This record gives sequence, C-alpha cells and structure tokens, in this order.
Amino acid sequence: MSEFSFFPLVFYLLAAVTVVSAAGVAFSRNVVYSAFSLMGTLMGAAGLFLLLAADFVAVVQVLIYVGGILVLMLFAVMLTVRIADVRISNRSLGRLPAAVVIAVTGAVMGRAIVGTTWHQTPLNAPVPTTYGIGDAFLSRFVLPFELASMVLLAALIGAVALSRKELKGNGS
Amino acid sequence: MIGLPHYLVVSLIVFLLGLYCVLTRRNAIGILMGVELILNSANINYIAFARYSSGGYDGQVFAVFVIMLAAAEATIGLAIVLGIYQTFQTIDVEATETLRG
Repeated sequence: MSEFSFFPLVFYLLAAVTVVSAAGVAFSRNVVYSAFSLMGTLMGAAGLFLLLAADFVAVVQVLIYVGGILVLMLFAVMLTVRIADVRISNRSLGRLPAAVVIAVTGAVMGRAIVGTTWHQTPLNAPVPTTYGIGDAFLSRFVLPFELASMVLLAALIGAVALSRKELKGNGS
Repeated sequence: MIGLPHYLVVSLIVFLLGLYCVLTRRNAIGILMGVELILNSANINYIAFARYSSGGYDGQVFAVFVIMLAAAEATIGLAIVLGIYQTFQTIDVEATETLRG
C-alpha cells in the first residue's frame, strides 16, 4: 500500500489550493481576480472529490462549474463592471460585524466538528460511480430528477424572459 | 491518516470565507460568488459523508442536485443582475433599494 504514503500530501495540497483560492475570492478587491480565484477553488474541490472516490461528481463539477457558471460570471463581470475602475467595483463594507459573525459561526461549527464522534463505516475500495449514480437517478431519485429538469427549463425560460429587450411602442 | 474531520474542516473554512464574502460585498456578482463558495462547501461535506459515513451513492446524488441548482441560481441571478445594471447603471446592492419600476 504505497499509495497511502503520498495520500496525505495530495490532500493537503488540494486543501491548500481550495482554501487559498477561497480566501482570494473573499478578500480580493478586484472582482475579476475574485472570479479567477473562484476557478482555483472549484478545481481544488473537484480534486478533493476525486480523493473521496467520487469521480462522476468531480467531472460534473469541472464541466458545469468551471465550464459553465464561471464563464457566465466572467461574462457578467465584463458586461457590467468598469474593469479599469477596480476600487469602485468591489468596495467592502462592515468588515468588523462580518468578522464577528464568522468568528462565532466558525467557533460553534469547529467545536461541533472536533467534539462529535462521527459514525464511520470501513472504506470501500474506490470503484467507478457512474453506474450507481445513474441507477439511483432513475430508481430512488426519479421524482427529484424529473423536478430538476423542470427547474432547469423554468430557469432557461426565466433567463430569456429577464434578459430580452422589451419592444415597446412598436405598433402591432 | 486523513479522515472525515479533515474534510469537514476544509469545508468549514470555505463556508466561512463564503459567508464573509456574502456579508461584506456590495457588488452583486461578488455576493453570487460567495453563494457559490457556500454551495461548494456543502458539496464537500456531502461527498465526504458519502465516502466515510454511508458508503452509498446518496450523498453524491445530492451533490449533483446541488450543482444543478447552483447552475439555475447563477443563470437567474446573473440575468437579474444584468437587468438591474440596465435599469440603475450600477450593480451596487445598496443603490437598488427602491421598488419602483
């Protein structure tokens, strides 16, 4: 089992990438840098998913988040913010109350993480998960699956309706 | 040995950074990025529990649903942001307090 020797190293590397990029998202003053840091967080999370033997979710994360949502956000940034005006685009407000809130939340949650004895089962060997997830989608989770398709359709129509130009006074 | 609490701590840190982002940003797109961070931390939790506590596929299925809802949320959110920008010429959330059309 030579793989267990470098497993912690890979974990700490991916965790560092995820956390540092998330800090970049939270603290960067330029929203464009935030968007690019978000890519590091998403890729690091995908790597963590791979370490947790969730290959399908990792690929979905890369395809949908990095390929879809992030590109959408970059488009929105480019379409709205004056890029040269970085100071105005990302001014922060109320740092002290926010710091207090996250300190309290972090203390409570951290204590819960450390103080709980988690129910753990012995680890299975990593197997491809695509078959199992597809099976679950079409058997146990078939109703949420169909509802998800309805939600996506509604989001599609809603986005089109929100962003289309109104044709007023056009005479019909 | 890396165990479940390690992943939970990573997820907690990402969640707190996302919360800070949501609380301090005045830029609407920055707030949406904070929401994405929070959803990602929830996903890390789901996958970690699926690996270490249940051993089944339920956690991964939920993670896929979360990703799907995040995509829908980002689409609608950014469409609304663009609509606000066209109306107010800014995406500062404090400048858009009025409900008049």
